[in-house]
Amino acid sequence: MAVKVIIPTPLRAYAGKQESVEVQAATVAEALTSLTSRFGELKKHLFAEDGRLRSFVNVYVNDEDIRYLQKDQTRVREGDTISIVPSIAGGSRG
Amino acid sequence: MATKTGIQVTPPTDKPAVALSKEEVMRYSRHLIMPEVGMEGQLKLKAAKVLCIGTGGLGAPLGLYLAAAGVGRIGLVDFDSVDSTNLQRQILFSTSDVGRPKIEAASDRLHGLNPDIQIDPIETRLTSENALEILKDYDIIVDGTDNFPTRYLVNDACILLGKPNVYGSIFRFEGQVTVFGHPGGPCYRCLYPEPPPPGLVPSCAEGGVLGVLPGIVGAIQAAETLKLIIGKGEPLVGRLLLFDALAMRFRELKLRKNPECPACGEHRTITKLIDYAEFCGIRGEEAPAPQTTVPEITPRELKARLDRGDDIFILDVREPHEYQICNLGGNLIPLGDLSKRVNELDSSREIVAHCRSGKRSAEAVEFLRSAGFRKVLNLKGGILAWSDEVDPSVPKY
Repeated sequence: MAVKVIIPTPLRAYAGKQESVEVQAATVAEALTSLTSRFGELKKHLFAEDGRLRSFVNVYVNDEDIRYLQKDQTRVREGDTISIVPSIAGGSRG
Repeated sequence: MATKTGIQVTPPTDKPAVALSKEEVMRYSRHLIMPEVGMEGQLKLKAAKVLCIGTGGLGAPLGLYLAAAGVGRIGLVDFDSVDSTNLQRQILFSTSDVGRPKIEAASDRLHGLNPDIQIDPIETRLTSENALEILKDYDIIVDGTDNFPTRYLVNDACILLGKPNVYGSIFRFEGQVTVFGHPGGPCYRCLYPEPPPPGLVPSCAEGGVLGVLPGIVGAIQAAETLKLIIGKGEPLVGRLLLFDALAMRFRELKLRKNPECPACGEHRTITKLIDYAEFCGIRGEEAPAPQTTVPEITPRELKARLDRGDDIFILDVREPHEYQICNLGGNLIPLGDLSKRVNELDSSREIVAHCRSGKRSAEAVEFLRSAGFRKVLNLKGGILAWSDEVDPSVPKY
């Protein structure tokens, strides 16, 4: 299944400066594995050493947080959009 | 409609008895003739107390619009002074304000815009010790800070006090906005239970920010604040609004209240404010991230050695667009490309790596040493220190 993964601005530097990447996957886990196998540097930004998704990185399938679906086993369908949304803190002194 | 009756309207119950003067009716006429605000809404605005944490990129449009809208009391918290790099986006300030405390310049500007409102200048850094005392006097808190420890501090203080927190944050050309701490709604910890470890996510100072971006995000925060005050419309609760200025696209994601949340869940464990620098793994925003020490050379030592004619290969690990701003004539290999291009380097030569501040080049030195390079040093303080100590004609950015 072809799904689009939207790469957030802070992580684009580690994903060939691309805004989004299309991958073939049936689950969120497969999509992220496919992504990090293509862009090795992304891995340490998305996953902690124990292989779990980092707690300041949220992943959505369309507009739903996967923590409230089946986590990384959430199934994706053709044409779905996966968004990676890390926390950003900028604002004042910037 | 209440708006037709002008200054005689009875203020909403349980609010202080306020009324608008003839001049205020004129000033706010574009609100008053709109049924969604009207006299009732304008009196609520006049009675409202809003605390803006941070008077920078987000705080600037926020403060201006809240003051212009007639929010009766606006607290401003900041401890910084205006510097010239702020002027690219912090539209509260003028060139003549450079060097002034932000709080003072911001208060003057907002008073100039609207002399009828009360501005509380609070020149301090928000801490676990003072946060509850400062926040408790206000109805709505607006978070326009720039670092993770303060964001978690503001969140927890708002939850403990039961106050809504209008949240906005930005990076380069992307922003996030939502309202936390609304009854029944999620909080910041529901969204992100933990902050990133220091160094993994670049700050705006490192990553840059499109000047107009905080203008847009801060203005959305202002709109949400005004809506909460007048109690109209659909607040941005349980929804995370993402904005990408480059694509010029807004997206909305569902934001759920986490039943297990340590701050706002049923079995909450956070019952008082904690040490947020420690929670975020750092000692304050200015403190550099803890790093393994790598061998260093100071700008003065490097200058002396180059003047002596020593054979030193200068490795610049910044990005090409930074090289265009200023350079030391070094050989450019961006940090991200170093592992692929390491074969371009001669390990028998002495190498001095540098970047803007010395942080990225420290990573480069660490990487090169692990790859077997023995004669590699980090330029301490980077190009910024070179400008300070050796050649002031090199611009700082």
